[in-house]
Amino acid sequence: MAILTKDEAQALLKKVLGDSKADECEVNLNGTDRGNIRYARNSVSTSGRISQNTLVVASAFGKKLGVATINEFDDASLEKVVRRSEELAKLAPENPEYVPFLGQQKYADPITYIPATAGITPSQRSAAVAQSLQVARDNKVVAAGFLEDNTRYGAMINSKGLFAYNTATNVDFSITIRTEDGKGSGYATRGYNDVTKLDTKIVTQIATNKAIMSASAKAIEPGKYTVILEPTAAAVLIERIFFGLDARQADEGRSFLSLPGGKTRLGEKLVDERINIYSDPLNPELPTSTWNGDGRPQERVSWIEKGVIKNLSYSRYWAEKKGVKAVPGPDGAIMEGGTKTLDELIKGTKKGILVTRLYYIRDVDPQSLLLTGLTRDGTFYIENGKIQYPVKNFRFNESPVIMLNNLEELGKPERTVSDESNANYLIPPMKIRDFTFTSLSDAV
Amino acid sequence: MKRRDFVQIAGLGLGGMMLPLDMLGNPVPAEALLDSPLTTVQKKQFADAALNTARTNGATYADVRIGRYLNQFITTRENRVQNIVSTESFGVGVRVIAKGTWGFASTNDVSTDGIKKATERAIAIAKANSKFQTEPVRLAPVPGYGEVSWKTPIQKNSFEVPVSEKVELLLGANSGALKNGANFASSNLFQVNEQKYFASTDGSYIDQDVHRIWPTFTVSVIDRASGKFKTRDAMSAPMGMGYEYMIPKNEDKLPGPRGMFLYRNSYDIIEDATIAAKQAKEIISAKSVEPGKYDLVLEPNHLGLTIHESVGHPLELDRILGYEANYAGTSFASLEKLKSGTFNYGSKQVNIIADKTQVGSLGAVGYDDEGVKCKQWDLIKDGILVNFEAIRDQVHILGQNESHGCCYAQSWNDVQFQRMPNVSLAPGKEPYSSAQMIKDVEKGIYIAGRGSYSIDQQRYNFQFGGTTFYEIKNGEVVGMLNDVAYQSNTQEFWNSCVKVCDEKDYRMFGSFFDGKGQPSQVSAVSHGSSTARFNAVNVINTGRTI
Repeated sequence: MAILTKDEAQALLKKVLGDSKADECEVNLNGTDRGNIRYARNSVSTSGRISQNTLVVASAFGKKLGVATINEFDDASLEKVVRRSEELAKLAPENPEYVPFLGQQKYADPITYIPATAGITPSQRSAAVAQSLQVARDNKVVAAGFLEDNTRYGAMINSKGLFAYNTATNVDFSITIRTEDGKGSGYATRGYNDVTKLDTKIVTQIATNKAIMSASAKAIEPGKYTVILEPTAAAVLIERIFFGLDARQADEGRSFLSLPGGKTRLGEKLVDERINIYSDPLNPELPTSTWNGDGRPQERVSWIEKGVIKNLSYSRYWAEKKGVKAVPGPDGAIMEGGTKTLDELIKGTKKGILVTRLYYIRDVDPQSLLLTGLTRDGTFYIENGKIQYPVKNFRFNESPVIMLNNLEELGKPERTVSDESNANYLIPPMKIRDFTFTSLSDAV
Repeated sequence: MKRRDFVQIAGLGLGGMMLPLDMLGNPVPAEALLDSPLTTVQKKQFADAALNTARTNGATYADVRIGRYLNQFITTRENRVQNIVSTESFGVGVRVIAKGTWGFASTNDVSTDGIKKATERAIAIAKANSKFQTEPVRLAPVPGYGEVSWKTPIQKNSFEVPVSEKVELLLGANSGALKNGANFASSNLFQVNEQKYFASTDGSYIDQDVHRIWPTFTVSVIDRASGKFKTRDAMSAPMGMGYEYMIPKNEDKLPGPRGMFLYRNSYDIIEDATIAAKQAKEIISAKSVEPGKYDLVLEPNHLGLTIHESVGHPLELDRILGYEANYAGTSFASLEKLKSGTFNYGSKQVNIIADKTQVGSLGAVGYDDEGVKCKQWDLIKDGILVNFEAIRDQVHILGQNESHGCCYAQSWNDVQFQRMPNVSLAPGKEPYSSAQMIKDVEKGIYIAGRGSYSIDQQRYNFQFGGTTFYEIKNGEVVGMLNDVAYQSNTQEFWNSCVKVCDEKDYRMFGSFFDGKGQPSQVSAVSHGSSTARFNAVNVINTGRTI
């Protein structure tokens, strides 16, 4: 089954809903069509195309809920899945956290679907990879990369009059270039809704330049340094703040946003006052769905304003219990910045280290949000406004909360992809003082 | 079915757990998991349809995997069930070599026609990709085994155990923790059954039934006054076993420091959760570690992850060659280091074995996902690097003509590739217990359970935490420690291994969701060891205030 239009999805969902005999019924329909090419050692290793469609039916009798799922769409299967969810609901214990389904909602029109991406052909994919491989061959370096595009849609309906539909496209590209002697390595990644914005040749050239520049790195002592984090490096640290915005965790006392005596940091200053973080489904550079999985509208939400925690995310149950608006968690996060380019940030730096990528990020202490990980694929020493030489990779132990209190300067935000979560963000390059490197690594 | 046998089938909601969603199939009710849709006769007919289509269309090799993958995940919190998800995924994957190049396609249309079409697609992909190919695929020979079968030697199929019984056990563990001072307790039970039928143009028709299980929990204690919180995770290990792992046996229980228990081939989740609550309370007020050099005494359920990251991954041949350069990384362990025959990976005490046959392990199967009979082989012998982990299309690079049998795909829908076999540290040959080991340490730390772990992309520099830490002074455990992590370099660390306890202390750690590849696939793998001592390792203090 291909990607369904709004009308096709609504017709199918109405048919399913028509079979329902429950007190309440909600039906979700999702489909994805994705294609990919993977390559390594300057040669294609695998490629594939995966299409999946799933229908999820939730039926409720009182506070008893049953959920069933199917991926067959003939009439008999559709009725079977409704009956199955109803049987399960009747067998279920009452769920003390059950919240009745939402009624009709108003959603803004999404801007996530780009026809050019949806229409990508195998030969376009292949040509994009061929261009990337050509850069590698021309520069006598070794390429390993991954190109993946997807078109997806989601639709939901319920017995209280709610209907929602969204369709979206995305393309992600990442490339690692290594010098033939294995002494230099560079990386670049890009994510877009619109495939015409992706130039695999330019992105491969960026990674190639980093690989060549990073060869034969010098060891310098670990310790506290002023660092400039490129957006790709900053994203994997700062997203840990986004992941921890859940109000229930904070209220229960087990989050970095919890405070003694059962209080939370909501409304309190957490980081430097120049930090502003929000989400906005209609941002043209990072558009996301205008509704979330349980039908709540996604709106522009300020999470951190002038360094103060302005909002936490709530499940509908927890919001009802606390008597607050049930704000869903962010889909894509946007961190405001300044106007300076990365080069301008480097120019204004007396002594520091340029970090282009961070790797293998793990929580060390959830209380302080202390994280560990390593620099990778191009780390450089800066002195008197210029990159002087490549340095060996470091392990760091740092909390993004402490880091954003040690802010020196923000550059111009860019769309970037987290290599840890695959999420897309708009994040500026940033200059941070006293960033803690705890040991050296020989890895290239 | 009783009311309490309720099975909540949910699409993708797993109570906020970070689960690799790609491995989930289509949710189904628990009873449906016991149906068997195809007989081996039918599977052979379908397999032959793929193999014949491949031959007719110019493939020089083909294999077909007809797979039925079942999962059941139960998640609970305090006194309630959060979710019960039962999933089934059924379909066929066909892999071919045409024009010297791999091609793969899969379908959930399990009919002769559907399988033929998938085979044709795989051949078309192989031919299209052949223009990028620099050298043709070379396969190590494998004998045709005819019609054979293999089954995980389970005693009790966990899918046949009523959901109510499993829920009761998990809620019992939560209750044990809450009664002993925990503020929150959540527990999970993961059960996996892979029913895989493999056939290839080499003449093998292999039917396998693979089982895995993993009970786990997290207990949290919060000191409201100070705002401090600490968690203690389960000391269980995921295993290649049935529900018998959930039935505690005395002979599988090993005493650890200060009333703690460690478990071998069966697990007492209620006992462990009860102890966990008491320990989590103790951790809140434990002494913050003084950074410096310590002799580390690492028990198997901790050391397993260190083995996984610093030995298992760096010795994967595809990663050494650069196939994972854009994602998991490459490796410090080069072909030159192996060929030298003198590379000191560790001290003489370090003997590391790869084994796809170990009973009870997550990686144990009869044959891998390209029809190679599984075996055991040495990776590090008396401290010297002697072999890597390789599959049919790469083992010739090592000058060997027999695959190691460690090829795996997470589903029929994914292409199979090289995955880590079980990689284990052999026990010491002389009688030596963990209690004796602690007695011999002057200034050290005993570490139990898995914690935070991070290692670089070539596997030199790592930092590991743990679940519980005990300070050792002059041969005695003197109390718990907080804020502990150790940093080292792989070669330096394994060369600091001075002693390994004997086989009475041997048990397995497991990684249930090990990720590799793009698109990412998970696999499950065990790492056995006895408690081992590492001298003068750098310990850092991870305490910070925000």
